[in-house]
Parts: sequence; C-alpha cells; structure tokens
Amino acid sequence: MAIATKFQEPNNFKDPLNFAPVIDLNDLSVEFGGRPILKGLRGELRGRAIGLLGPNGAGKTTLIHTLLGFHPPSSGTAHIFGKDILTDAKQIRSLIGYMPERDAFIAKMSAVHLVRLMAELSGLPSEAALERAHEALFYVGLGEARYRGLETYSLGMKQLAKLAQAIVHGPKLIFLDEPTNGLDPPARARMIKLIREIRDSGQANIVLSSHLLRDVEECCEEILILKDGRIAVYCNLEEERKANRKFLVLETRGDQNKFAAAVADLGCEYALTGDHRVKIVLPEGIEVRDLYRIAADQQLQIRRLSYKRDSLEDIFLKAMENGHGSL
Amino acid sequence: MAVYEHTYKNYSGPLTAEWSRFLIIPRNAFRDVFKSKLFTAFFVICFIPLLAEAVLIYLHHNVNALTILQVNVRELLPIDGSFFQFFVNLQNGFAFFVALLVGPPLVSRDLRNNALPLYLCRPFSRAEYVAGKMSVLLILLSAMTWVPQLLLFLFQSYLEGARWFVDNLWIASAIVISSVVWILLLALLSQAISSLVKWRVVASGAILGLFFIPSVFGEVVNVVFRTRWGSLISLGALIKNVTAGLFRTFEPTTNVVTDFDDVIVRGIVLTQPPLWVSWAVLFLVCAICLAILSQRVKAYEVVK
Repeated sequence: MAIATKFQEPNNFKDPLNFAPVIDLNDLSVEFGGRPILKGLRGELRGRAIGLLGPNGAGKTTLIHTLLGFHPPSSGTAHIFGKDILTDAKQIRSLIGYMPERDAFIAKMSAVHLVRLMAELSGLPSEAALERAHEALFYVGLGEARYRGLETYSLGMKQLAKLAQAIVHGPKLIFLDEPTNGLDPPARARMIKLIREIRDSGQANIVLSSHLLRDVEECCEEILILKDGRIAVYCNLEEERKANRKFLVLETRGDQNKFAAAVADLGCEYALTGDHRVKIVLPEGIEVRDLYRIAADQQLQIRRLSYKRDSLEDIFLKAMENGHGSL
Repeated sequence: MAVYEHTYKNYSGPLTAEWSRFLIIPRNAFRDVFKSKLFTAFFVICFIPLLAEAVLIYLHHNVNALTILQVNVRELLPIDGSFFQFFVNLQNGFAFFVALLVGPPLVSRDLRNNALPLYLCRPFSRAEYVAGKMSVLLILLSAMTWVPQLLLFLFQSYLEGARWFVDNLWIASAIVISSVVWILLLALLSQAISSLVKWRVVASGAILGLFFIPSVFGEVVNVVFRTRWGSLISLGALIKNVTAGLFRTFEPTTNVVTDFDDVIVRGIVLTQPPLWVSWAVLFLVCAICLAILSQRVKAYEVVK
C-alpha cells in the first residue's frame, strides 16, 4: 500500500474528480414542514479546506446533511465532485467521510471494532478494514485506547474516535461538524493539528462547520458564511483579509503633528500612537498617494506603511450586518 | 503499513460487492449475541426437540432399536404432516423466545446512541440497514426452524424411499412457508418495536404484550360474542391458522358450545375466519411494521 508523504501536493490533473468543483450548489433549497431552511444556495466551492460559518440556525448542519443525502432538497440540487446528490448519492457517499456533531457510536463496542465496522460498511474488505482501523486510531492518537469500550471514553476521546471513523476509508471529502465541541485546550489543539495535517496531505478536501471562528481561521483557506439559510459570504480568507485597504498604520520620522493636522484636513480619522506610528482610516475618495504627497509637503519620512488585516471576526460581523452574498 | 508512519492516506485497494455489505451487520451482531453464555446455552437447548424428532424418525425405520426398547411401531407418532406440524409449532415457540432476546436491541441501541448517521453517511442505504438488521433474526431463526426441519424431512425421505418423498413434497413446502412467515413476522415486529422504543427491556415487554394482550382480548371477544373472528386480532391464532392451512389440518368450523356441567344446552357450530383473511391480516401487520421502519430509520429525525 502506497504511503502518502506529508504536504504532498494534490494530484489535480490525474484524477478526473478534481476537475469538477468540490461542491457545486445549484439553487439548493431545503424545507422542513413548509419552513424554508436553505434558500436557493448557488455557487461553486473549490477550496481544499472550506469553513462553514454562521450563527445558530443559519443552516450549516442542514447543508451538510443535505449534501450527505439525509434530507431531500425541496428544489434545486448540488453536485459533489461533479456527481449529483439526488441521483448519485451512493457514489458520493463512498467519497465522503462524516464526523457528526453529536455523540454517535454503538454501545458495547470497542473503538477498533466500531471503526472497522464503519470501514467495512464503506466497502473495504474485512482484513483491510481492520488494518486501516488500527492505523486510523493510531493516527488520531487513540492507539493505546483502541480496545476500550467507547462508552468509557472521555468527550475528547469520543471526538477523536468520530474523526477516526470519518477518515478510516480514506475519503476524498471530509465533513467535520463542530469537531472541537466540548474539547479542552490541549485536546482542541490536537484536533486542529490533525485537521491541518489532513488538509496539508492534499489527499482530502475538508468542509469544517463550526461556530468557533478561531477553529476555522486556523484550518481553512476559504469560508462560506450562511445567514438565515442564504449565503452571506463565500471568499478566500487571505484575500478577504487583504481586501480591507482603508485602515493603515504608518511608521514615520519627522514632525508627526503637522502631518496629522494635514491628514485631518483631508477628512481622515487618525490616531498618534507615540512610537513614531500613525493610524489612519481613509475615507472614500482618498488614496494612499495623497498621504505620500502630504508627507512630501511636510518633509516627513514614511518608513513603513501597512494595512491592518481584517480578522475572521471582522469578516463574519460584516457578513452578519450586510449579508450581501458575494459568491 | 507500519504504525509509526502516521499520516492521512486514501484507500486504493479493492472494494467488496455492494449487495453483500448488509451481511456485515449480522456478522457483527452474532459476535455480540453469542458472547452471552446464557443465550448460547438457550440456543443449544432449542435444538433438543429436533434431536428427539430425528430419533423418532430413526426409530420408525429401525426394527432392532424398537425391539431393544420394547416399543411397538404403532405406539410411535406416525410420520406424516401432523408429525412435522407439531415440531414446526414447537420450534416456532422457541423462535419466539430467541427473537425476544435478540431482536429488541438491534435498532434501539443504534437509535439510543445516534449511530444511524454513521451507517447512513456511507454507501449503505436505509433498506440495506433494515435488511442487515432483519437478517440477524432471519439467519438465527432459520437455523433452528425450517433448515433442520427440512433436513429431517429429507432424512425421512431417505429412510422411507423416493415414493414417500414425491407424495409428501407438500410437507416440505409447508415447513418452509409456515416457518418463514413466522420468522418474517417476528423479525419485522421486533425491528419495528425496537425502532420505536429505545430501551431493550421495554421493547421486549412490548413484543410480549403485542402477542399476548390481543390474544386474551380476542379470546374474550370469541367467548362473549360466540364467534371465532376475535382470533383475527391474535397474532398467535393467525399463525396457527395459516400453519394449519399449509399442513392441511385447518378446520373451517369448530366448537360445539357446552354449558352447565357438560350438559349440552345449545350446540353452535362456530365458523373460523377464512384462511385468506388470516393471510391478509398478517400481510397488513407486516406492511405496518415496514411503514414504521421506513419512518423511524433515518439518519436524523426532522422535528416539524
């Protein structure tokens, strides 16, 4: 069996599955009892690790369940690796691993027994399933406890066991629903490290649903923010962070007060921080070159200019305010 | 692969046939079921009547053994449809208790621990899940009812000759059909109840109740209204009628009512419900069970 090395680049051009977007939403709507939960979701998700964010009740879990085929769409459809969730559900599920949010296990079973059973249900022959069950449990750090009954596991161990059963059959797409729920800081760090390792292996795409922004920030390169069943934002996290070019920090040499007064005359808000730095918020219509011109007039040296990067929290809050649907 | 090389990797080996994956469930279930020594002992005891049946068949054809035991062949039960019907009914009784022990936790345990999403997020459908869970009982109960009975029928045919085999082929079909109907009913009922009740003991109690309470109520209806149609709500009576029909011992009319110290006051001939009605009610019960299973076996319940 070939062993993948860490940080292997995805082999996009060999696998036809990789030509298609990971998830393609085509006007996907879901209703429960006549109440709309997901409303006409549309877009192509292509990231290696996609963070699914949104306030409680936004439809994150419903979206995952619909993609897994647990709930039928009321209209529209979605494709995963180019396969329709309505007509190719079984094929899709053979490519997917799922770590549910809630506790999910079979009583009176050891971890290795459960993970092996799940591998077999995914189609692995009995011996390969047993081998991979052991590997998956060692991989997530439950190697020493793999023969213990699952009901004796702590919450953190149960989360790891759920991760093991999600990855045991080597899926190409892994849905992780609130994987750090209820974990203490060391356990959370371990879980995040595992998710990042899987992402960096290049062998699987990850959809991480969480209400913890920090988790998503640490693991994901793209985010999909849902609000009231609609897509509020879908963006590349790094690009979105850089996109806010209005908040500047300048490191200067020279008379800061004159410069600040001139900047204020332009209509900019500013703050002098006392360590040769000036923080400036540019209003609409004012460009960075205007600041350089003023600095030249005031004979002030600008040693460094940097943009304050939006945190995920900023992006999330903006999405909650606007809900503009930038997909 | 050595366990020290911990890294995520895809699986690129061979896969098992999709149709065969539901059999993974009974294989795992049997491992759990036979962990209990008490259950294993009970399961072994269930085969004792079959042993007695085999001995009786053998004695019928072994004059030396009869001489040693000083038994006249006429004192033994004749080997005919009634003989096999008696043992089929006996084994079906044992099957009921095995189903009572094995059936209730099959689905309820998964529901209690939210395990259904783990099954159903794989290339494994709800129908395959139900088939897998049902096959636990189907295999186990078949092994103690129609399979050994059929072997004993073949044993009797071997000893008696080909002519007997041809003349009594209907007995073989009666053995198989009556047992399979009973097993299917037990499997469906226990799965349906198991999917409604999360606690094993309550589920076992519910199965017992479902068989005995309507039987008592049906008998009360029969006595009060001087009819036999009350049997239609008794699953035991339904199966008894169907089995009797298959073994050609069904009597459409029964019972002469006697009152007051065996002095016949009025003689009333009571008519049994027609056989097709018993079949129809059994089908209806099975359909209701399937509907319940279809409703309950879902990855997540949507609260509307």
